[in-house]
Amino acid sequence: MSCAEALQAYGLRAIGIGERLLPRSEITLCEQVVLIGSGMIWNLYFAGLALLLGFGFAVLLALGKASASPLAALPAQGFVYFFRGTPLFIQFFFAYESFVLLPKVGVTLDLGFVVMNAETGWLTRAWLGALIVLFLNTSAYTAEIFHGALRAVPRGELEAADSVGMTGFRKFRRIVFPTMLRLAWPSYTNEAIFLFHATALVFFSSFPAWRQQGDALYYAAYFAEATFNPFVAYPIVAAYFVAGTVLLILAFGLVGARLNRHLPREARAKFRFRPQFIR
Amino acid sequence: MIGDCSDPAALEGAAWMLCYLTTPKHMNFYWSFLTVLGLLAVTVPFIMAFGLAGAFAKRARLAPVRWLGALYTTMVRGVPDIVFFLFVPIALDQGIEYLRHRVLCPDMVGPVWVGNDFVVCPAAKAPLSTASAFVHDLYGFALAVVAYAIVFGAFAANVIDGALRAVPKGQVEAAEAVGMSPGQIRRRIVLPQMWVYALPGLSNLWMILVKATPLLFLLGIEDIVYWARELGGMKTQAFDYPHPDWRLWYFGALMIFYLLLTWVSQIGFERLTARASRGMAGAR
Repeated sequence: MSCAEALQAYGLRAIGIGERLLPRSEITLCEQVVLIGSGMIWNLYFAGLALLLGFGFAVLLALGKASASPLAALPAQGFVYFFRGTPLFIQFFFAYESFVLLPKVGVTLDLGFVVMNAETGWLTRAWLGALIVLFLNTSAYTAEIFHGALRAVPRGELEAADSVGMTGFRKFRRIVFPTMLRLAWPSYTNEAIFLFHATALVFFSSFPAWRQQGDALYYAAYFAEATFNPFVAYPIVAAYFVAGTVLLILAFGLVGARLNRHLPREARAKFRFRPQFIR
Repeated sequence: MIGDCSDPAALEGAAWMLCYLTTPKHMNFYWSFLTVLGLLAVTVPFIMAFGLAGAFAKRARLAPVRWLGALYTTMVRGVPDIVFFLFVPIALDQGIEYLRHRVLCPDMVGPVWVGNDFVVCPAAKAPLSTASAFVHDLYGFALAVVAYAIVFGAFAANVIDGALRAVPKGQVEAAEAVGMSPGQIRRRIVLPQMWVYALPGLSNLWMILVKATPLLFLLGIEDIVYWARELGGMKTQAFDYPHPDWRLWYFGALMIFYLLLTWVSQIGFERLTARASRGMAGAR
């Protein structure tokens, strides 16, 4: 199979478009590169959505954790402690088993302009079930980072806000949140990297790869097993992840530069690799 | 020790549960918790050795050694650890078998990868196919230990490298001033102080390591995840102790185990930090 053919057959195989059967005999390098690359779609999907959703929830959790009211603080603390104290791998298994046991019910949502059918069976599929686990997991780790940053917001800034009469949500939106984000950003970059890496776990926990639609590592393991040669497929998947990580660091660096734009260069918080908050 | 379990069908309630939880398979399950703790105990010295080697290689005088150290410490930043866990054991296994094949069977000169197969002569198999199951298990466990040591050694090298940098320059200069050799400075001044700066990072690393232990399951070792799946799955009437799908309970138990382990570790590290920073002004 030529490289162009391989691209056509397997370029979007991970989302079910293209050749149905995976390559079996006489596996070429092109097929490996293309198929593993198509698996990266899932890694990007899981990482992107979990980070996006987790960000909002993490801010709420961090505020809850810092809250003076035990009604808000205790549940937030418990949530963060639970998800940071147990391995993500076991969380996947646990979530999958509980989703399987849920009664099979379909719900029809009539939103006026569109009618949606939602069913609990979707929870046992990786695209939803694993996404929920990753979302909750990254929320907990991110909340811990944000909570630390929240406590590091300089007192002077808060007092200045008070002195000009800012209160409540306005004070949060204009003073607390931007500073918290700026202080948390280097650590949050680390969290994003390790969440991206953790997406490789999804298809090795309970969640089945439906119709052999899996992530990059799923296909790499498939090739390593089919060719009995780990020295090609695993370096390919490693290269994809390195490229993804570099892009992620660059993108987060741009946001970080914007968050720090009012500060003199030497006062800016720099990104440093710290495996501080990985799972 | 506990009642009569010879006829499980006749048992009920607490007696049934007690007999069920003490079946030989459950004993294997309980032992596998020790496998996890054993892996932790065995790998930690290796991780520290790899970490120290990596950190010192990074600041070696010889350029190729320095590059090697830099590559080693950088690789874990871009590649998920699970890729290494899948890759290292099988790569090591094939490497060992390849070398044994070349040494033990010199008359076979053909390539080792034939089509989609990896062919070595029977004498080169590691371990030999005639070896006992225990040897096979031990071999698998050793490969897992090496995989963990390589990955977490790289993390540790990052931590130790940062800690070495954090040791105040004045301390080294003072040591030089009293005429210590570079080796003496390293042993007497830098290493003892490095620990204080490395401890926060190393304690994080320990937590990460603890939470990475269930990945043993992926390496084909009969660990707690394996037994939880095995025992929790639905058992029909054909089994001595029929029960519905109880995997949720088993995984719940694993979660509690890990929560306890991380909780105990946290307390331990707090004590250790307090101890290591004795006699240091203002260090945490």
